[in-house]
Amino acid sequence: MKWFSRYTGVKNRGINPQGFHVSQIKFYVLLVPLSALMLLPIIYIFSSAFKPPDELFAFPPRFFVVNPTLKNFTDLFSKLSNSGIPVSRYLFNSIVITLVTVLASIFVSSTAAYALSKKRFKLKQTLFVINNVALMFVPIAVTIPRFLVVKNLSLLDTFWVHILPVLAMPVGLFLLKQFIDGIPDEVIEAAQIDGASDWWIYWRIILPMIQPALATIAILTFQAAWNNAEISTLYINNESLRTLAFYLSTLTSTTATGANAVAGQGIAAAAALIMFLPNLVIFIFLQGQVMSTMSRSGLK
Amino acid sequence: MQTELNRQNVVRGFDESGIRRSFLGWLNKEGGAYAFLSPYALLFIVFIVVPVLAASLLSFTFFDAIQPPRFIGLSNYISLITQDDTFMKYVLPNTIQFAVIVGPGGYALAFLLAWMLAQLPRIPRTIFALILYSPSMTAGVAMAVVWKTLFSGDQTGYLNSFLMELGLLREPIQWLQSPQYLMTIMIVVTLWSSMGIGFLAMLAGILEISPELYEAAAIDGMSSRWQEIFYITIPSMKPQMLFGAVMSIVGTFQAGAIGVTLSGSNPTPQYAGQLIVNHIEDYGFLRYEMGYAAAVSVVLLLMVLFFSRVATRLFASEA
Repeated sequence: MKWFSRYTGVKNRGINPQGFHVSQIKFYVLLVPLSALMLLPIIYIFSSAFKPPDELFAFPPRFFVVNPTLKNFTDLFSKLSNSGIPVSRYLFNSIVITLVTVLASIFVSSTAAYALSKKRFKLKQTLFVINNVALMFVPIAVTIPRFLVVKNLSLLDTFWVHILPVLAMPVGLFLLKQFIDGIPDEVIEAAQIDGASDWWIYWRIILPMIQPALATIAILTFQAAWNNAEISTLYINNESLRTLAFYLSTLTSTTATGANAVAGQGIAAAAALIMFLPNLVIFIFLQGQVMSTMSRSGLK
Repeated sequence: MQTELNRQNVVRGFDESGIRRSFLGWLNKEGGAYAFLSPYALLFIVFIVVPVLAASLLSFTFFDAIQPPRFIGLSNYISLITQDDTFMKYVLPNTIQFAVIVGPGGYALAFLLAWMLAQLPRIPRTIFALILYSPSMTAGVAMAVVWKTLFSGDQTGYLNSFLMELGLLREPIQWLQSPQYLMTIMIVVTLWSSMGIGFLAMLAGILEISPELYEAAAIDGMSSRWQEIFYITIPSMKPQMLFGAVMSIVGTFQAGAIGVTLSGSNPTPQYAGQLIVNHIEDYGFLRYEMGYAAAVSVVLLLMVLFFSRVATRLFASEA
């Protein structure tokens, strides 16, 4: 009976258990079907990207691929968009823009978070409150004035318009600031007594100690930049400066001509997988760090 | 002679070096902080503060993007309330319906799921969290591909084919084009992708609560799980609950474009899925009535602010 009491006793009942307990069965009963349902569209992305044309249009439609093929991907990359731009160009733009955005966002948010957390100045509290109010900011509400700002700064049709508007991310600053608050002041005071400059403290003490929070910001910025089709639609007229997310949105819009919508399904499925996969891979690698950042995310 | 020189020094000191010295003093003391803040602050002002201010100012004008804005006082707001039938008949009720189900509904769902996950061992918990979070990673573009095929209007659509197989349907339904289904589909799709960063924050918050609290409560005679949730779990993680609530409110209003994405047209069929965000786009970019669109934007921002204030009231740590 000893093996049985191991799973029914008080030990693994409750929050954050170490192992299995009978009280957990009811959660599995609920969670397994729900997760399966949530996962269906994701599985569909993987499955349809490898479907040959006859399976894409099969009737009745089949969920899983039977004869997987890479044809959709070769089609995707051998295709020119309507305006004569190869798809690899969109992909290249997306990669460069996302990389620069993630790096710049880490720099911009972490320097500001360091100042808000560890420096002493009069407006400190006020500025933090302003940023907390901005957590409630809904960018989509001010699309028009933002367009006017971008236009007046002559940023239309430039590389930088993809990057600059995404960088000021109130959630990112908030999470980083909370994380830096967890670093004891003594560490920084000790470095100051040794004559360390602000920059040295930021670079050598703060940055290495906040890597989980940096990973979280990297993920959030990655998602914002990589999935962004809106900037290409609103601010860019030069086709060679647009991104893969934008190209994908042109494939799926019903305004596209009927023929395009049909022929495009295979390559749209392949492009959707390319859009989705990096999000997933990055999150799987960094999820531990994200969870440790989130435990300090409380908003008081 | 001596006094004269002293006086001169004092006067000069006040005039130049005094101010300079106090400026240098300030620079020495606070300049570093502002130097670190400046890149973020600059971008924050240009891309968040200025657009919000511009929207507020433009909302009092007539502006068609060709001629300079002309001040017309409160006219935009007045016609929004009294003359805009579409807004009052479709957009506002739709937005409220969508926001009430997706906001509090999605939030409660996120909390319950987080609470269940917290009671599983680490490895299954991580796997479930990953599955539930993954839809929110890619909201928008990539997903449009999936939903369009699943809800496709002809018989090759998955939902149609499935229901016809079961004998529940005779004819395929144009799911995304029919006014009576569009809103439901929008809500399902948004709920599906709403286990985002707020969900992760709440999961982390529940895991942080010290087990001793539960043990103490059990000794005091607390027995039901619901009592535990309302008297221990939620009060112990109010800050995470508030963060999750704010993320959920913003996410709800931000998700407003979904109807146009799914149906492929703005306005959506018979305004069935028309939300306030689409209304802004409709007036701003399709009719070029930018002053009017700005007034709608201001109303939207005020709604978000109002709901966030309600959430703050509910979960404020102090007070």
